[in-house]
Amino acid sequence: MKIKNRGNVLDDLDWRILQVLREDAKQTYVETGRRLKVAHSTVHERIKKMEEQGIIEKYTAIVNLEKAGAKHITAIMTVFTDPKESGNVAERLSKFEEVLEVFTSLSEELLIIAKVTAEDQEKLHSFIAHSVAPLPGVLRIRTSIVTKKYKEEMFSIKGGQTPNERP
Amino acid sequence: MKSFSSSSRILRKLPRENAFYFFTSIGNYTGVSAESLEEFIERIKEINTKSLEFHLYRGDFQKWADETLEDKELAEKIRNLQLLKPVGNTLRDQLCFIALKRFEELKRQAL
Repeated sequence: MKIKNRGNVLDDLDWRILQVLREDAKQTYVETGRRLKVAHSTVHERIKKMEEQGIIEKYTAIVNLEKAGAKHITAIMTVFTDPKESGNVAERLSKFEEVLEVFTSLSEELLIIAKVTAEDQEKLHSFIAHSVAPLPGVLRIRTSIVTKKYKEEMFSIKGGQTPNERP
Repeated sequence: MKSFSSSSRILRKLPRENAFYFFTSIGNYTGVSAESLEEFIERIKEINTKSLEFHLYRGDFQKWADETLEDKELAEKIRNLQLLKPVGNTLRDQLCFIALKRFEELKRQAL
């Protein structure tokens, strides 16, 4: 099964390589090839192609901040905006160091959903009160502080395929 | 007694980033803000009392009056109100009374 991705086409092997990299990006071409029962040269060629096409954007480290002893909290912030200003608000939010992810969403109203981090609740509140609330176009803000993280993945390996399309 | 210039300064319209933003809890902004003492009085007449309680007991009103409006007298009066531990509409009425009385006093001085 082939999946189109803005002009690039990923086949099942590409997706399986991405799955292996998602689990551990430090695996060698040989290890990945052995696991997927293909030649390491094939794995190398596929990964290089996906890097060149921007499908694989970068390799990064997932840091366990608790184990690193870093004091921090994470919150999900929903920002209700004037529809004319939502793009500007999303762009301005994206520039803050405290903001980790920014999404826009259309439900009954136009929303911006952002993942925010701060050292503690007081610093989180101060950031929202002094940096987010004053942005032109912000109508109101709802914030939920994350108490426990159960799962965090960057993408689903189904990649838009329906279960029937999986081999 | 404040001079004409300091009274006018306290009564000035503030830039957007120095406005008072009303929240009901950590990170939950109501969408209501005040860019001057006059606007602040109008807003506290109508805002949810939960927001008034949140800010009074965190010391936010006192801090804004002191550091942003630069009115130490109003800040002190709000600080004294906090010691009385008012809640709900009693808090609203008393805060409104203090702020309005101070606003009128400053207006007279600024004339």
